Amino acid sequence: MKFIDKIKEKFFKKDEHSLSVRDERLIARNNRRAMKEFEKKKNRKNVPEEEYLSQMKDENNIVEFEGLKTYFFTDVGTVKAVDGVTFSIPKKSIVGVVGESGCGKSITSLSLMRLVQAPQGQIVDGSIRFAAKDGKVYDIAKMPVSEVYKIRGKEIAMIFQEPMTSLNPVFTIGQQLDEVYELHFNDKDKKKAKEHSLEMLNLVGMAMPENVYKCYPHELSGGMRQRVMIAMALACDPRLVIADEPTTALDVTIQAQILELLKNLKERIDGSIMLITHDLGVIAEMADYVVVMYAGRVIEQGTAEEIFLNPLHPYTVGLQKSKPVVNKKVDKLYNIPGNVPNPVNLPDYCYFRERCDKCVKKCAGKYPETVWVSPTHCVACYRYAERH
Amino acid sequence: MPRLNTDFIQMIKYVIKRLALSVLILLGVSLIIYALIRIQPGLDFVEKKYQAQLQQDSTGQVAELVKQIQATYGLDTNIFAGYLKWLSNILQGNFGDSFQLSVPTGEVTYIEIIGPDGNPILTPKYETTSNVVSIIFAKSGVSFIIALIATVLEFIIAIPLGIVSATKQYGVVDYTVTVLAMMGISLPSFFLGALLLKVFSVELGWFPYSGLTDPNSGLPVIIDQAWHLVLPILVLTMLSVGGLMRYTRTNMLEVMNSDYIRTARAKGLSEHSVIYKHAFRNTLIPLATLFAGILPSLFGGAMITEQVFSIDGIGKAAYTAVVNGDVPFVMAYCMFLSILTVIGTLLSDIMYAIVDPRVKLS
Repeated sequence: MKFIDKIKEKFFKKDEHSLSVRDERLIARNNRRAMKEFEKKKNRKNVPEEEYLSQMKDENNIVEFEGLKTYFFTDVGTVKAVDGVTFSIPKKSIVGVVGESGCGKSITSLSLMRLVQAPQGQIVDGSIRFAAKDGKVYDIAKMPVSEVYKIRGKEIAMIFQEPMTSLNPVFTIGQQLDEVYELHFNDKDKKKAKEHSLEMLNLVGMAMPENVYKCYPHELSGGMRQRVMIAMALACDPRLVIADEPTTALDVTIQAQILELLKNLKERIDGSIMLITHDLGVIAEMADYVVVMYAGRVIEQGTAEEIFLNPLHPYTVGLQKSKPVVNKKVDKLYNIPGNVPNPVNLPDYCYFRERCDKCVKKCAGKYPETVWVSPTHCVACYRYAERH
Repeated sequence: MPRLNTDFIQMIKYVIKRLALSVLILLGVSLIIYALIRIQPGLDFVEKKYQAQLQQDSTGQVAELVKQIQATYGLDTNIFAGYLKWLSNILQGNFGDSFQLSVPTGEVTYIEIIGPDGNPILTPKYETTSNVVSIIFAKSGVSFIIALIATVLEFIIAIPLGIVSATKQYGVVDYTVTVLAMMGISLPSFFLGALLLKVFSVELGWFPYSGLTDPNSGLPVIIDQAWHLVLPILVLTMLSVGGLMRYTRTNMLEVMNSDYIRTARAKGLSEHSVIYKHAFRNTLIPLATLFAGILPSLFGGAMITEQVFSIDGIGKAAYTAVVNGDVPFVMAYCMFLSILTVIGTLLSDIMYAIVDPRVKLS
């Protein structure tokens, strides 16, 4: 019986995912129209500043995401990678963004940099307010591409998750670092650039920076490359650093060093870090605030203490349960059953409903509203809707 | 700079090793080509020449004569013995004489001929040679010029087009360029050549339709020759641009999707320097392999195109030689191409090491 069910399930699923030729054409046409429209908007020139100037809701924040929607127009339909994300990054803090693969963490950060793979990926709606050095507040989501260069790299720097492939293989470390200095300090003086680059390499704890300066990326180890990436981010002297899984590709001892380095980096630039990871241990160690994402939405956010000591959303609880604990013997490590729902055609009910073991009657209804349980702690779950 | 020095020595060692290896390769290649040309079906060169007489031969005298001539041409032996003979000649520096082709040596001797009035008249006699090496040198000049111009044009047109079409993927420019490139790849050279001849020479009369010079054109010789070369160069360029353009486009697309391009963008670099500095250097790496093919194509001539436009280059000579079973010339021509190919491959490997710092020759 079970076997037959399995087969049924398989065929049913296949039906759900297969597209007729007509559907495909319709999707392709809509995609083309949408992409063209968004690309046109992005590539406008001489846009008046008022169009993308904005006001922060809270002066203490450096970045505020509000209702951010980043969609990918693919051949199988529109993938809502980020679907209405709202959270903020306070000044001089580390905000950790957690969630499993494909939940939209990286796309949120790439939207902030305006580096989403175009033309398929587009910011469709919402705003990303950023308080720049010059005192103005820019809405990055509405900026035309030509204006983004004011911010990208200069005020917001990014560290990527794959140090092995994130450095250009045909240029030396020195060339790649000098470039940053020349660009952001508008100084073509080679000597000064080299001095600055060596200082940066020194700062990230690189032994023999002179040698590393002359090396090509393939001559360095993974940890060293990640240090170079951090040096590169540091060289821009940004106010916000996005670290997209900076330790994922590294071994554990190097991970600790890199995290320590990131903490120092925050002190040095006197700014904020948006730390994206799926390692809860890293979050616990580093973050002041935690944002938990699931299927393109924020399902819970709060201070690190609130999230770790008082997790509310069943998903957050599940995540923590599935983390191995030192000195605790278990037969089998907990895992959340099921999979993330297909990002095309997301249903209009709680995306976690099918995997949740704490469902209540109300869960059959619409996607739950966000509920604030404390001034800093909010959760999108029906189980807390009535109490507050 | 101790590091660079050791790298350099390594490279020299590598080159010597490769050259030694290529001698073996050339030996194998020459054996295969010799066997192929000798087992060519049908009549051999001498038999073809005396075909008519052979058919009417009732006494067997012509057959006897043919056998004698075959012996002088070295066509009476079996393949392996013939190959060994050819090889020993080559090692002695004797590349042989073409059975049918000859080129003027440039020397002129004067012979006295008794005129109709009984007085001797000095008549010029233009010396010719059938030595295959001389023929190759004499005939590859014009082919080289055509190929060089076509290759330069190919690179100048194809690489920027490939880059533009990759950076504007799925745009109007991309679709147009890709479709045109596809057409260029699909058209055979004899068809495109014939089409251009029909349109531009026969109908419009803008360009001459065959040969290299026209004594009646009234133009200076160089301009006249250039005028004659326009259509063949156009054909060669149009046919080769497509492939290179698609190759560049694919490489560029792959590079543009890589992580380090995202890093370069995240640094705040302008799109221009992302594409032309960071991406372009990486696109050059696979393009370096193309250098292997360039050398033989530069000197080897274009068989079909030269045939269509009746240009007296090495391609046309090779075509006639193959059709007629001219063993010494085909051998020399193929060996010439093999040597160029071997050198070209070596050069492309060295180029790899220069363009890509990750590659070390050893």
